[in-house]
Amino acid sequence: MSINRREFLKLAGFSTVLGLTGSSVIDELLKSKADASQVLLDEKALSAKRWAMIIDTSKFKTEEDYKNVIQACHSIHNVPDIGNPKDEVKWIWTDTYEHTFPGQENEYIPEGIKHKPFLLLCNHCDNPPCVRVCPTKATFKRKDGIVMMDQHRCIGCRFCMAACPFGARSFNWRDPRPFIKETNPEYPSRTKGVVEKCTFCFERLAKGLQPACVEKSNGGLIFGDLSDPKSEARKVLSTHYTIRRKPEIGTQPSVYYIIGTGGNENA
Amino acid sequence: MYDGGKIIAGLTIFLAVVTFPILYNMGKPSAVPEPKLNTPEIQQLQEKHCVESKEYMRANHMQLLNDWRDWAVRDGKRVYVNSEGKHFTISLQNTCMHCHSNKKEFCDRCHTYANVKPYCWSCHLAPKEKET
Repeated sequence: MSINRREFLKLAGFSTVLGLTGSSVIDELLKSKADASQVLLDEKALSAKRWAMIIDTSKFKTEEDYKNVIQACHSIHNVPDIGNPKDEVKWIWTDTYEHTFPGQENEYIPEGIKHKPFLLLCNHCDNPPCVRVCPTKATFKRKDGIVMMDQHRCIGCRFCMAACPFGARSFNWRDPRPFIKETNPEYPSRTKGVVEKCTFCFERLAKGLQPACVEKSNGGLIFGDLSDPKSEARKVLSTHYTIRRKPEIGTQPSVYYIIGTGGNENA
Repeated sequence: MYDGGKIIAGLTIFLAVVTFPILYNMGKPSAVPEPKLNTPEIQQLQEKHCVESKEYMRANHMQLLNDWRDWAVRDGKRVYVNSEGKHFTISLQNTCMHCHSNKKEFCDRCHTYANVKPYCWSCHLAPKEKET
């Protein structure tokens, strides 16, 4: 049986169409029940194009002010208190002016600032180096600007820790469970061998709540959307002079600092 | 064959020892795991229905959990709409384990039987089991 060129092309074209549509029909029929369902955002969820935090350092006066904020975060996120700096795990912590803003210090800055602790946390950079180096995409940038950790994917290579210029990441050198004083049953802990850090309370934002530290800060921490000119964060930024940590590196941190001693100049 | 008798006797003993567990259990029904659904939280439910049908959950809970994990952690979406249009919060600790507060008698029964070791619980906190 011979077949000419024209007939062959017709046949080939016809079988291609059949093959393509045929498979999609079969796929449609095989669709399981769960595929028919879908996922939604909670109606109450807070959303933004660029989440950011402003730390008004003048509002932090006593040791209690810092403690409340750190405790609020660490207790709800099951952050262990291991008690030695080598194995330390931290999401939000404090350090001196010199260490917080290296290169900005001089001999004559007010005493109240020189020895004042500054709150530090993940800066949720616009251009996060930790995300660029992560080989498994365990750390990634969400559409709302939050630099997220997916503990399910973390292989503990610690590239992100080397990449982060702010030391915002902690590695679980040991099982954290025994070091969690009171576990919060609503949030997971971590396991040995993964890296963790602040997530801007993504789980609270999804429920329509502000981050835990902001809630406990008595106005010392302001959280809001940078892309919205009417947001509280933008209002504060437009009326106060703020600085960011290591801006020269170009990671564009989303945590801003209003520097002030809180009227306690001679402390 | 040199020492044929000894070799054959040795082989017979070896085979008997190796196949003993199989032969011993042959024909005996092994205990089928029965995950317990009888928790106080489930008892209080008006309609005793999981997020999807029992058959679907039995066969596909691992895929569902996988999807839930990606939706919650990677997409930030926390509301699951099931095939009947009902809404559920996507959370292993707060939704699944709220009703199934008996990990040992629910999750572990089948997982032990099937010898699968899901690593959910190295991070996720299992509910505190009440002594019954």
